[in-house]
Amino acid sequence: MSDVKKFLYVNRKAPHGTIYAWESLEVVLIGAAFEQDVALAFVDDGVFQLVKGWDTGELGVKNFQPSFTALGDYDVQKVYVEREALEERGLTEGDLIEMTYEDEDDDWAEKSSIRIVSREEMAAIMADSDVILSF
Amino acid sequence: MAYEVNGKTVEHDEEGYITNLSEWSKELAEVIAKAENIDMTEEHWEVVNFLREYYDEYQIAPAIRVLVKAMKKKFGPEKGNNKYLYELFPYGPAKQACKIAGLPKPTGCV
Repeated sequence: MSDVKKFLYVNRKAPHGTIYAWESLEVVLIGAAFEQDVALAFVDDGVFQLVKGWDTGELGVKNFQPSFTALGDYDVQKVYVEREALEERGLTEGDLIEMTYEDEDDDWAEKSSIRIVSREEMAAIMADSDVILSF
Repeated sequence: MAYEVNGKTVEHDEEGYITNLSEWSKELAEVIAKAENIDMTEEHWEVVNFLREYYDEYQIAPAIRVLVKAMKKKFGPEKGNNKYLYELFPYGPAKQACKIAGLPKPTGCV
């Protein structure tokens, strides 16, 4: 691919109640399938999307949380989670699901895709992206 | 639109993907395969079963690139490559095999 752009998918909303979280994930899968440079950002209530232990039984919707863990297969290696957003909601990194990828340059070692960054760092990551899609 | 299996009808969409994933059965897979002009061999079943396991775990049907990589990891390079999969499923392994496996069309599949 000649023109790989840096895509950043920004997730701001809680996983349920709206279709944004699922739509975002679908678009991420499409973008990654076309071998773009894909990164995800979770800010505001979006951090709840990654909190372990969803139970959608009573909601009548598919529990698509396991799909986040497939993103490593799609070469999604950068998942930025805003530290302040976690702290404001009484959450820590330990509350989040595990997301991993295999590092081609390091004998396919399994590494965590999740990077906790400050609000300031998040702003820099956004500034550095070619395309930002906000959900 | 529907498939007929043992006197039962199973609804499918305009492209042949079944609409209710829980209605899948091995017999239905054979019927869908026939409609796709595919004779199900052991090798075909291996891919179909693999896709179903992948869906069970991740709740998505993998894109072809991801399927190839995952097959390579599990079965080795002689099965985890495009040529092998396209020989089994000439109209697109992700697309055709997913249809037979009773899964939705893979996201991002063109």
